[in-house]
Amino acid sequence: MFFQLFLTYLKIGTFTIGGGYAMLPLIQREVVERKGWIDEEEFLNMIALAQAAPGLIAVNSAIFIGWRVGGWKGVCGAVLGAVLPSFFIILAIAMIFTEWKELPAVEAVFKGVRPAVVALIAAPLVKMTKSVLCQHSGRCSVSETVYLLIPIAAALLIWLGHVNPVWIILATIIITLCSIWLSSYRSSK
Amino acid sequence: MLYLALFISFFKIGLFGFGGGLAILSLIQMEVESHGWMSEQEFVDIVAVSQVTPGPIGINCATYVGYTTAGIWGSVVATTAIVLPSLIIMLSICRAYFWMNKRFANSPYFTQTLRMLRFTVLGLIAAAALLLIQPTTFIDTTSWIIFAFVAFFTILPNFIKKKEESRLSTFNFQLSTILSHPILLIVLAGIAGYLIYAPA
Repeated sequence: MFFQLFLTYLKIGTFTIGGGYAMLPLIQREVVERKGWIDEEEFLNMIALAQAAPGLIAVNSAIFIGWRVGGWKGVCGAVLGAVLPSFFIILAIAMIFTEWKELPAVEAVFKGVRPAVVALIAAPLVKMTKSVLCQHSGRCSVSETVYLLIPIAAALLIWLGHVNPVWIILATIIITLCSIWLSSYRSSK
Repeated sequence: MLYLALFISFFKIGLFGFGGGLAILSLIQMEVESHGWMSEQEFVDIVAVSQVTPGPIGINCATYVGYTTAGIWGSVVATTAIVLPSLIIMLSICRAYFWMNKRFANSPYFTQTLRMLRFTVLGLIAAAALLLIQPTTFIDTTSWIIFAFVAFFTILPNFIKKKEESRLSTFNFQLSTILSHPILLIVLAGIAGYLIYAPA
Protein backbone atom coordinates (compact mmCIF):
# COMPACT_ATOMS: atom_id res chain seq x y z
CA MET A 1 0.00 0.00 0.00
CA PHE A 2 2.89 2.34 0.79
CA PHE A 3 4.27 1.97 -2.71
CA GLN A 4 0.88 2.15 -4.44
CA LEU A 5 0.05 5.41 -2.70
CA PHE A 6 3.57 6.71 -3.24
CA LEU A 7 3.47 5.98 -6.97
CA THR A 8 -0.05 7.39 -7.41
CA TYR A 9 0.86 10.66 -5.73
CA LEU A 10 4.22 10.76 -7.47
CA LYS A 11 2.33 10.68 -10.75
CA ILE A 12 -0.13 13.35 -9.64
CA GLY A 13 2.67 15.51 -8.23
CA THR A 14 4.80 15.29 -11.35
CA PHE A 15 2.09 16.13 -13.83
CA THR A 16 0.18 18.98 -12.21
CA ILE A 17 1.37 22.45 -12.79
CA GLY A 18 -0.10 25.39 -10.90
CA GLY A 19 -0.56 24.14 -7.36
CA GLY A 20 -3.15 22.44 -5.19
CA TYR A 21 -6.40 23.29 -6.97
CA ALA A 22 -5.04 22.06 -10.29
CA MET A 23 -4.31 18.72 -8.58
CA LEU A 24 -7.87 18.03 -7.43
CA PRO A 25 -9.31 16.76 -10.76
CA LEU A 26 -6.31 14.46 -11.20
CA ILE A 27 -6.62 13.15 -7.66
CA GLN A 28 -10.29 12.48 -8.32
CA ARG A 29 -9.57 10.52 -11.48
CA GLU A 30 -6.82 8.41 -9.90
CA VAL A 31 -8.22 7.82 -6.44
CA VAL A 32 -11.99 7.73 -7.03
CA GLU A 33 -12.41 6.52 -10.61
CA ARG A 34 -9.37 4.35 -11.31
CA LYS A 35 -8.45 2.84 -7.95
CA GLY A 36 -11.83 3.16 -6.24
CA TRP A 37 -10.14 3.84 -2.89
CA ILE A 38 -12.85 6.27 -1.77
CA ASP A 39 -16.26 7.20 -3.21
CA GLU A 40 -17.43 10.49 -4.68
CA GLU A 41 -19.09 11.75 -1.49
CA GLU A 42 -16.05 11.04 0.63
CA PHE A 43 -13.91 12.80 -1.96
CA LEU A 44 -16.02 15.96 -1.61
CA ASN A 45 -15.76 15.74 2.19
CA MET A 46 -12.02 15.33 1.76
CA ILE A 47 -11.80 18.56 -0.25
CA ALA A 48 -13.77 20.41 2.40
CA LEU A 49 -11.48 19.16 5.18
CA ALA A 50 -8.30 19.74 3.15
CA GLN A 51 -9.36 23.35 2.61
CA ALA A 52 -10.41 23.80 6.22
CA ALA A 53 -7.09 22.69 7.66
CA PRO A 54 -4.10 25.00 7.41
CA GLY A 55 -1.30 24.13 5.02
CA LEU A 56 -1.10 23.08 1.42
CA ILE A 57 -4.25 21.59 -0.06
CA ALA A 58 -2.35 18.98 -2.07
CA VAL A 59 -0.51 17.78 1.04
CA ASN A 60 -3.66 17.79 3.17
CA SER A 61 -5.52 15.67 0.62
CA ALA A 62 -2.58 13.25 0.46
CA ILE A 63 -2.74 12.89 4.25
CA PHE A 64 -6.49 12.20 4.24
CA ILE A 65 -6.39 9.63 1.46
CA GLY A 66 -3.21 8.03 2.79
CA TRP A 67 -4.77 7.66 6.23
CA ARG A 68 -8.07 6.37 4.87
CA VAL A 69 -6.46 3.82 2.57
CA GLY A 70 -3.33 2.67 4.34
CA GLY A 71 -3.01 4.15 7.85
CA TRP A 72 0.39 5.51 8.91
CA LYS A 73 2.26 3.86 6.06
CA GLY A 74 -0.26 5.22 3.61
CA VAL A 75 0.20 8.76 4.95
CA CYS A 76 4.00 8.51 4.57
CA GLY A 77 3.71 7.16 1.03
CA ALA A 78 1.19 9.69 -0.20
CA VAL A 79 2.91 12.72 1.37
CA LEU A 80 6.35 11.73 0.06
CA GLY A 81 4.87 11.14 -3.37
CA ALA A 82 3.17 14.56 -3.37
CA VAL A 83 6.21 16.48 -2.10
CA LEU A 84 9.28 14.83 -3.66
CA PRO A 85 8.76 15.66 -7.37
CA SER A 86 8.45 19.39 -6.80
CA PHE A 87 11.23 19.28 -4.19
CA PHE A 88 13.76 17.81 -6.63
CA ILE A 89 12.63 19.89 -9.59
CA ILE A 90 12.89 23.15 -7.65
CA LEU A 91 16.20 22.10 -6.10
CA ALA A 92 17.62 21.57 -9.59
CA ILE A 93 16.19 24.90 -10.78
CA ALA A 94 17.55 26.70 -7.72
CA MET A 95 21.04 25.32 -8.38
CA ILE A 96 20.97 26.41 -12.03
CA PHE A 97 19.10 29.66 -11.47
CA THR A 98 21.53 31.04 -8.87
CA GLU A 99 24.24 30.73 -11.56
CA TRP A 100 22.17 32.07 -14.44
CA LYS A 101 20.25 34.96 -13.00
CA GLU A 102 23.00 37.47 -13.66
CA LEU A 103 22.85 36.80 -17.41
CA PRO A 104 21.31 39.80 -19.24
CA ALA A 105 19.01 37.61 -21.36
CA VAL A 106 17.59 35.82 -18.30
CA GLU A 107 17.14 39.13 -16.51
CA ALA A 108 15.28 40.51 -19.56
CA VAL A 109 12.89 37.54 -19.59
CA PHE A 110 12.15 38.00 -15.89
CA LYS A 111 11.56 41.73 -16.33
CA GLY A 112 8.65 40.73 -18.57
CA VAL A 113 7.48 37.91 -16.32
CA ARG A 114 7.35 39.81 -13.00
CA PRO A 115 4.33 42.05 -13.74
CA ALA A 116 2.58 38.99 -15.25
CA VAL A 117 3.05 37.12 -11.96
CA VAL A 118 1.50 39.97 -9.98
CA ALA A 119 -1.48 39.91 -12.36
CA LEU A 120 -1.78 36.13 -11.94
CA ILE A 121 -1.97 36.57 -8.18
CA ALA A 122 -4.48 39.43 -8.30
CA ALA A 123 -6.81 38.40 -11.15
CA PRO A 124 -8.23 35.16 -9.61
CA LEU A 125 -9.65 37.38 -6.85
CA VAL A 126 -12.60 38.22 -9.13
CA LYS A 127 -13.67 34.60 -9.39
CA MET A 128 -12.87 33.87 -5.75
CA THR A 129 -14.91 36.80 -4.46
CA LYS A 130 -17.84 35.58 -6.53
CA SER A 131 -17.50 32.05 -5.16
CA VAL A 132 -17.25 33.25 -1.56
CA LEU A 133 -20.41 35.35 -1.92
CA CYS A 134 -22.37 32.85 -4.01
CA GLN A 135 -22.63 29.52 -2.20
CA HIS A 136 -23.06 26.15 -3.90
CA SER A 137 -26.64 26.70 -5.03
CA GLY A 138 -25.74 29.75 -7.10
CA ARG A 139 -27.74 32.06 -4.87
CA CYS A 140 -25.67 35.15 -4.28
CA SER A 141 -26.15 36.79 -0.94
CA VAL A 142 -26.36 40.56 -1.11
CA SER A 143 -26.46 41.07 2.64
CA GLU A 144 -23.11 39.36 3.00
CA THR A 145 -21.33 41.89 0.79
CA VAL A 146 -20.83 43.76 4.07
CA TYR A 147 -18.29 41.08 4.97
CA LEU A 148 -16.14 42.25 2.06
CA LEU A 149 -14.93 44.90 4.50
CA ILE A 150 -12.92 42.06 6.12
CA PRO A 151 -10.66 41.39 3.10
CA ILE A 152 -10.34 45.13 2.40
CA ALA A 153 -9.26 45.81 5.98
CA ALA A 154 -6.96 42.77 5.98
CA ALA A 155 -5.28 43.79 2.73
CA LEU A 156 -4.73 47.37 3.91
CA LEU A 157 -3.35 46.25 7.29
CA ILE A 158 -0.83 43.92 5.64
CA TRP A 159 0.06 46.19 2.75
CA LEU A 160 0.32 49.57 4.48
CA GLY A 161 0.62 48.55 8.13
CA HIS A 162 2.98 45.61 7.50
CA VAL A 163 0.96 43.58 9.98
CA ASN A 164 1.92 39.90 9.87
CA PRO A 165 -0.95 37.92 8.24
CA VAL A 166 -0.71 35.43 11.13
CA TRP A 167 -2.29 38.00 13.49
CA ILE A 168 -5.12 38.69 11.05
CA ILE A 169 -5.93 35.00 10.73
CA LEU A 170 -5.85 34.57 14.51
CA ALA A 171 -8.08 37.64 14.96
CA THR A 172 -10.61 36.29 12.45
CA ILE A 173 -10.81 32.97 14.28
CA ILE A 174 -11.07 34.49 17.76
CA ILE A 175 -13.61 37.18 16.84
CA THR A 176 -15.85 34.68 15.01
CA LEU A 177 -15.75 32.15 17.86
CA CYS A 178 -16.48 34.84 20.46
CA SER A 179 -19.39 36.31 18.50
CA ILE A 180 -21.03 32.89 18.02
CA TRP A 181 -20.53 32.12 21.70
CA LEU A 182 -21.99 35.50 22.69
CA SER A 183 -25.07 35.15 20.49
CA SER A 184 -25.77 31.60 21.68
CA TYR A 185 -25.25 32.75 25.28
CA ARG A 186 -27.74 35.59 24.80
CA SER A 187 -30.37 33.41 23.16
CA SER A 188 -30.11 30.81 25.94
CA LYS A 189 -30.81 33.43 28.57
CA MET B 1 21.00 28.59 14.04
CA LEU B 2 19.99 29.41 10.47
CA TYR B 3 18.38 25.97 10.20
CA LEU B 4 16.36 26.68 13.33
CA ALA B 5 15.22 30.07 11.99
CA LEU B 6 14.21 28.45 8.68
CA PHE B 7 12.36 25.71 10.52
CA ILE B 8 10.43 28.13 12.75
CA SER B 9 9.50 30.42 9.84
CA PHE B 10 8.21 27.69 7.57
CA PHE B 11 6.47 25.87 10.42
CA LYS B 12 4.61 29.12 11.09
CA ILE B 13 3.72 29.44 7.40
CA GLY B 14 2.38 25.87 7.35
CA LEU B 15 0.45 26.40 10.57
CA PHE B 16 -1.30 29.62 9.57
CA GLY B 17 -1.50 29.06 5.84
CA PHE B 18 -5.24 28.79 5.37
CA GLY B 19 -6.73 28.88 1.89
CA GLY B 20 -4.03 27.27 -0.24
CA GLY B 21 -1.16 28.45 -2.42
CA LEU B 22 -2.02 32.04 -3.29
CA ALA B 23 -3.11 32.91 0.26
CA ILE B 24 0.14 31.49 1.63
CA LEU B 25 2.20 33.86 -0.53
CA SER B 26 1.77 36.91 1.70
CA LEU B 27 2.84 34.85 4.74
CA ILE B 28 5.95 33.59 2.96
CA GLN B 29 6.77 37.08 1.76
CA MET B 30 6.52 38.57 5.26
CA GLU B 31 8.73 35.88 6.80
CA VAL B 32 11.31 35.89 4.04
CA GLU B 33 11.60 39.67 3.89
CA SER B 34 11.72 40.21 7.66
CA HIS B 35 14.72 37.85 7.79
CA GLY B 36 16.26 39.43 4.70
CA TRP B 37 16.49 36.03 3.02
CA MET B 38 15.21 37.30 -0.30
CA SER B 39 14.42 40.54 -2.15
CA GLU B 40 10.94 41.18 -3.61
CA GLN B 41 12.43 40.67 -7.01
CA GLU B 42 13.78 37.23 -6.16
CA PHE B 43 10.45 36.41 -4.51
CA VAL B 44 8.48 37.25 -7.66
CA ASP B 45 10.94 35.23 -9.75
CA ILE B 46 10.41 32.14 -7.62
CA VAL B 47 6.63 32.56 -7.78
CA ALA B 48 6.97 32.73 -11.57
CA VAL B 49 9.06 29.55 -11.57
CA SER B 50 6.46 27.88 -9.31
CA GLN B 51 3.67 28.71 -11.72
CA VAL B 52 5.36 26.87 -14.59
CA THR B 53 6.77 23.88 -12.69
CA PRO B 54 4.82 20.99 -11.15
CA GLY B 55 3.80 20.88 -7.54
CA PRO B 56 2.26 23.08 -4.85
CA ILE B 57 3.54 26.68 -4.70
CA GLY B 58 4.22 26.40 -0.96
CA ILE B 59 6.59 23.45 -1.40
CA ASN B 60 8.33 25.18 -4.29
CA CYS B 61 8.91 28.37 -2.29
CA ALA B 62 10.11 26.47 0.79
CA THR B 63 12.57 24.40 -1.23
CA TYR B 64 13.90 27.42 -3.10
CA VAL B 65 14.27 29.71 -0.08
CA GLY B 66 15.85 26.88 1.93
CA TYR B 67 18.41 26.24 -0.79
CA THR B 68 19.38 29.87 -1.40
CA THR B 69 19.77 30.62 2.32
CA ALA B 70 21.35 27.41 3.64
CA GLY B 71 22.05 24.96 0.81
CA ILE B 72 20.58 21.52 0.27
CA TRP B 73 20.00 20.84 3.98
CA GLY B 74 18.28 24.20 4.23
CA SER B 75 15.80 23.14 1.56
CA VAL B 76 15.19 19.84 3.37
CA VAL B 77 14.57 21.67 6.67
CA ALA B 78 12.23 24.30 5.13
CA THR B 79 10.19 21.77 3.15
CA THR B 80 9.80 19.46 6.16
CA ALA B 81 8.79 22.41 8.33
CA ILE B 82 6.03 23.58 5.98
CA VAL B 83 4.53 20.06 5.78
CA LEU B 84 4.75 19.20 9.49
CA PRO B 85 1.82 21.34 10.80
CA SER B 86 -0.41 19.87 8.07
CA LEU B 87 0.55 16.38 9.19
CA ILE B 88 -0.26 17.07 12.82
CA ILE B 89 -3.52 18.97 12.22
CA MET B 90 -4.84 17.03 9.25
CA LEU B 91 -4.23 13.69 10.99
CA SER B 92 -6.14 14.83 14.07
CA ILE B 93 -8.95 16.06 11.81
CA CYS B 94 -8.99 12.72 9.98
CA ARG B 95 -9.20 10.77 13.22
CA ALA B 96 -11.98 13.05 14.48
CA TYR B 97 -13.80 12.74 11.16
CA PHE B 98 -13.84 8.95 11.10
CA TRP B 99 -14.44 8.68 14.83
CA MET B 100 -17.24 11.24 15.19
CA ASN B 101 -18.68 10.47 11.78
CA LYS B 102 -18.43 14.10 10.62
CA ARG B 103 -20.73 15.41 13.35
CA PHE B 104 -18.32 18.20 14.25
CA ALA B 105 -18.48 19.49 10.69
CA ASN B 106 -22.03 20.73 11.36
CA SER B 107 -21.16 22.77 14.43
CA PRO B 108 -21.65 26.52 13.83
CA TYR B 109 -18.30 27.18 15.51
CA PHE B 110 -16.63 25.17 12.77
CA THR B 111 -18.65 26.25 9.71
CA GLN B 112 -18.89 29.92 10.60
CA THR B 113 -15.17 30.25 11.37
CA LEU B 114 -14.33 28.67 8.03
CA ARG B 115 -16.72 31.02 6.28
CA MET B 116 -15.11 34.09 7.82
CA LEU B 117 -11.63 32.76 7.07
CA ARG B 118 -12.58 32.58 3.39
CA PHE B 119 -13.21 36.34 3.47
CA THR B 120 -9.90 36.97 5.24
CA VAL B 121 -8.09 34.86 2.65
CA LEU B 122 -9.32 37.19 -0.12
CA GLY B 123 -7.57 40.02 1.72
CA LEU B 124 -4.36 38.01 2.11
CA ILE B 125 -4.21 37.36 -1.62
CA ALA B 126 -4.90 41.01 -2.44
CA ALA B 127 -2.12 41.99 -0.03
CA ALA B 128 0.30 39.54 -1.69
CA ALA B 129 -0.33 41.29 -5.01
CA LEU B 130 -0.20 44.83 -3.57
CA LEU B 131 3.09 44.14 -1.75
CA LEU B 132 4.66 43.12 -5.05
CA ILE B 133 3.82 46.37 -6.86
CA GLN B 134 7.25 47.91 -6.38
CA PRO B 135 9.68 49.89 -8.52
CA THR B 136 11.79 46.73 -8.80
CA THR B 137 8.98 44.67 -10.33
CA PHE B 138 7.17 47.40 -12.28
CA ILE B 139 10.07 49.17 -13.93
CA ASP B 140 8.25 51.15 -16.65
CA THR B 141 4.94 51.55 -18.55
CA THR B 142 5.57 48.34 -20.48
CA SER B 143 5.34 46.48 -17.16
CA TRP B 144 1.85 47.89 -16.61
CA ILE B 145 0.81 46.93 -20.14
CA ILE B 146 1.93 43.34 -19.50
CA PHE B 147 0.09 43.41 -16.15
CA ALA B 148 -3.13 44.66 -17.77
CA PHE B 149 -2.88 42.11 -20.60
CA VAL B 150 -2.41 39.14 -18.26
CA ALA B 151 -5.11 40.34 -15.83
CA PHE B 152 -7.56 40.82 -18.72
CA PHE B 153 -7.09 37.32 -20.12
CA THR B 154 -7.26 35.72 -16.68
CA ILE B 155 -10.54 37.43 -15.82
CA LEU B 156 -12.10 37.05 -19.28
CA PRO B 157 -13.52 33.47 -19.00
CA ASN B 158 -15.64 34.55 -16.00
CA PHE B 159 -17.67 36.79 -18.23
CA ILE B 160 -17.84 34.75 -21.40
CA LYS B 161 -19.16 31.66 -19.60
CA LYS B 162 -22.64 33.15 -19.26
CA LYS B 163 -23.74 32.75 -22.87
CA GLU B 164 -22.50 29.25 -23.48
CA GLU B 165 -25.49 28.28 -25.65
CA SER B 166 -24.48 29.38 -29.09
CA ARG B 167 -21.72 27.59 -30.92
CA LEU B 168 -19.67 30.66 -31.61
CA SER B 169 -19.44 31.63 -27.96
CA THR B 170 -18.50 28.07 -26.97
CA PHE B 171 -15.59 28.44 -29.31
CA ASN B 172 -14.81 31.83 -27.82
CA PHE B 173 -15.02 30.33 -24.37
CA GLN B 174 -12.56 27.57 -25.21
CA LEU B 175 -10.23 30.02 -26.84
CA SER B 176 -10.38 32.27 -23.81
CA THR B 177 -9.74 29.38 -21.39
CA ILE B 178 -6.66 28.43 -23.37
CA LEU B 179 -5.50 32.04 -23.44
CA SER B 180 -6.15 32.38 -19.72
CA HIS B 181 -3.84 29.48 -18.88
CA PRO B 182 -1.16 30.76 -16.46
CA ILE B 183 1.70 28.86 -18.13
CA LEU B 184 0.93 30.28 -21.56
CA LEU B 185 0.59 33.79 -20.13
CA ILE B 186 3.93 33.54 -18.30
CA VAL B 187 5.69 32.20 -21.37
CA LEU B 188 4.23 35.04 -23.48
CA ALA B 189 5.31 37.62 -20.89
CA GLY B 190 8.79 36.09 -20.85
CA ILE B 191 9.06 36.31 -24.64
CA ALA B 192 7.82 39.91 -24.52
CA GLY B 193 10.39 40.68 -21.82
CA TYR B 194 13.19 39.17 -23.88
CA LEU B 195 12.20 41.09 -27.02
CA ILE B 196 11.80 44.39 -25.20
CA TYR B 197 14.56 44.42 -22.59
CA ALA B 198 17.33 42.16 -23.92
CA PRO B 199 20.42 44.13 -24.94
CA ALA B 200 20.84 43.92 -28.70
